[in-house]
Amino acid sequence: MSKLYSGAEIVFKCLEDQDVEYIFGYPGGAVLPIYDELKNHESIKHILVRHEQGAGHAAEGYARSSGKPGVVLVTSGPGATNAVTALTDAYMDSIPLVCISGQVPTHLIGTDAFQECDTTGITRPCTKHNWLVKDVKDLSKIIHKAFEVATTGRPGPVLVDIPKDIQFQKTKYVGSIKRKKLNGKIHNKFNQSEIDQLVKLMVNSSRPILYTGGGVINSGPKASELLRELVSLTGFPITSTLQGLGSYPGDDNQFLGMLGMHGTYEANNAMHDCDLMINIGARFDDRITGKIDEFSPKSKKVHIDIDPSSINKNVKVDLPIVGDVSEVMLSVIKTLKKKNPNFASSNKEKTSKWWEKISKWRSVNSLNFINSDKTIKPQHAIQRLYELTKDKDTYITTEVGQHQMWAAQHYKFNKPNRWMTSGGLGTMGYGLPAAVGVQIAHPDKLVVDIAGEASVLMTIQEMSTAVQYNLPIKIFILNNEYMGMVRQWQELLHEKNYSESYTAALPDFVKLAEAYGCVGIRAKTPDELDEKIKEMININKPVIFDCLVDKEENCFPMIPSGKPHNQMLLGPNDQKENKITGKGKTLV
Amino acid sequence: MSKPKSAYSIPGKKQKNDTHVIVVWVDNEAGVLARVVGLFSGRGYNIESLAVAEVDPKLNISRITIVTTGSPQVIEQIKLQLGKLVPVHKVADFMRGDKKIIFKEMALLKIVGNNVKRKKAIKFCKKFNPVVLDKTNKSVVIQITALRREIDTIMNDLKKTGLVSVSRTGAVAMTRGAEVFR
Repeated sequence: MSKLYSGAEIVFKCLEDQDVEYIFGYPGGAVLPIYDELKNHESIKHILVRHEQGAGHAAEGYARSSGKPGVVLVTSGPGATNAVTALTDAYMDSIPLVCISGQVPTHLIGTDAFQECDTTGITRPCTKHNWLVKDVKDLSKIIHKAFEVATTGRPGPVLVDIPKDIQFQKTKYVGSIKRKKLNGKIHNKFNQSEIDQLVKLMVNSSRPILYTGGGVINSGPKASELLRELVSLTGFPITSTLQGLGSYPGDDNQFLGMLGMHGTYEANNAMHDCDLMINIGARFDDRITGKIDEFSPKSKKVHIDIDPSSINKNVKVDLPIVGDVSEVMLSVIKTLKKKNPNFASSNKEKTSKWWEKISKWRSVNSLNFINSDKTIKPQHAIQRLYELTKDKDTYITTEVGQHQMWAAQHYKFNKPNRWMTSGGLGTMGYGLPAAVGVQIAHPDKLVVDIAGEASVLMTIQEMSTAVQYNLPIKIFILNNEYMGMVRQWQELLHEKNYSESYTAALPDFVKLAEAYGCVGIRAKTPDELDEKIKEMININKPVIFDCLVDKEENCFPMIPSGKPHNQMLLGPNDQKENKITGKGKTLV
Repeated sequence: MSKPKSAYSIPGKKQKNDTHVIVVWVDNEAGVLARVVGLFSGRGYNIESLAVAEVDPKLNISRITIVTTGSPQVIEQIKLQLGKLVPVHKVADFMRGDKKIIFKEMALLKIVGNNVKRKKAIKFCKKFNPVVLDKTNKSVVIQITALRREIDTIMNDLKKTGLVSVSRTGAVAMTRGAEVFR
């Protein structure tokens, strides 16, 4: 007779079988048996966070920077509800997370017991799938299935809710079984004729653009290599969404920068005027499209995505291709090489006018800003940070707001998995715990959280986690004392009524750093900025960097609400014209 | 048009809505109905009626029939989103007007009134396979099977014959002929 294991032991046996190295968690009454078992499993290290939301975001940072699923362990009731924001964040940005939550014993479920909540009910809309384990015999099967669901197809978070009595009960252990099919959920449904159609469209196009997203990152490092090959093979211009940054080198000449609400002038205009748009692993989010009715009116649209429900959701496309972007790109490259070996040269002439137009848009220099020698401009701070860290393999996380957009605009990423930001849900407080997770996955790398002073206060307690595990994360705060993006919208849309967007009683971040046992640095003027950044990089401890920046600076360029891509609002240099519309566009 | 004061775009053109019957085959497990219904409410889709029961006790499969309205784009989304749920095996979609499909709803109607009224009530129901399930000298309970709008009409007609209570199921659907939806 084979050995019997308790539910808690089975949890760890499953995690071991899944090659889990780290779990991010916080103990509590309903998960105590699992915590009790922790000491017997040396290959699995537990990272104690200070709040369950922090555990979730740290696991996200770990997953995004390493390509492996992040594992979260929380208790019932408040433990589970605190994790909901992170689960929703992971769901929106397609990050593989496996969250294991404790639950009150089976016989108390439904009685409003202490620290009971309907965890599977609450997390149903923010996970790919969740399970309440009612029988210990199902436990190993469910956990292995959970990893499978989280990591296959379009990745996402899952949750396994385990009542306390199940953690004690004993049964046999069943290892993971490779299943032949996932309930009819096949992920590569494309065929050669679709690839042929795409190649035909590419050959006939004179104004093409590649629009790439987080799907390229999620498809693994190979996808980024294939994308680079595809871009150099075709000579097409390429733009990326916020989540896709890093899949193509940010300093390459064919890269037009990020597109969307705060994207570059050249990227958005190219999207508007193109005749062929090839969407690779992006989802036509409303921050990208602007006004749907006037979105890229003259183009044929191709959408490559692993999730069929992403296709035709917001924008109707002419050629949908359902599949893993790596495999689709591989097929396209093969077909192109076989059928049109001279594509690059023949295409160069065809798209030369298009490139001329693009360079005219580029000359507007839409990311430009008026620098100052008295106050630090936030864009300048990011540019300096980039210049001083670009030679290292730096990992950047962000919070949400103006600083996030400036980071996306001015920090150039050359490799995938180096840029972790909350795009879909837009969770303030994401960056600090995410940096913790990234540093866990890459202990010897430089990890910087580009933050705003308002966002970072939402999860500042995780500094304590960073100190406990000697994680030398750098919290680079662009401090303008405002919730900057809120203030910007109020300035532009609500007659400068800055309702509640100013924080009147901020902590002294240098002293706060010291209180946590890390290092605080403050930069006040542009003259001292470089020296202080270098100082920050050289400290092998967690650092809070309080960078006092211009309080009034706005994030430009931007697409105002309800406007299409070709009606962007440019920065203060061009404010006299206010916006560049139809006629104005042809002038530049 | 006034200037929109929002960080979000203004709604685009509205498309024409059609009524569709969506049939979903799911694993009969705890919470599966909540997943399906939650998907509809969470994404703002309509549910006009809903019928669900286990159809294969061996394989543990339930069949959910949902009548919904939406633009072609929304209907397409409903199908694809349903297809992504882990316990969902397959999804079928029929237009309500489709001649190849049989749709039926059942209703129980309680009539309280004198003999004349009760007889009249049964006569009204004649076209819809009326079955008298219960009879007293004051009342009658009639079972009918018909289409939704037919039941709507008959409920109206039966008001004057002493209709006091109605219980209706959601629509169920099946293809005509030898064909089976795979």
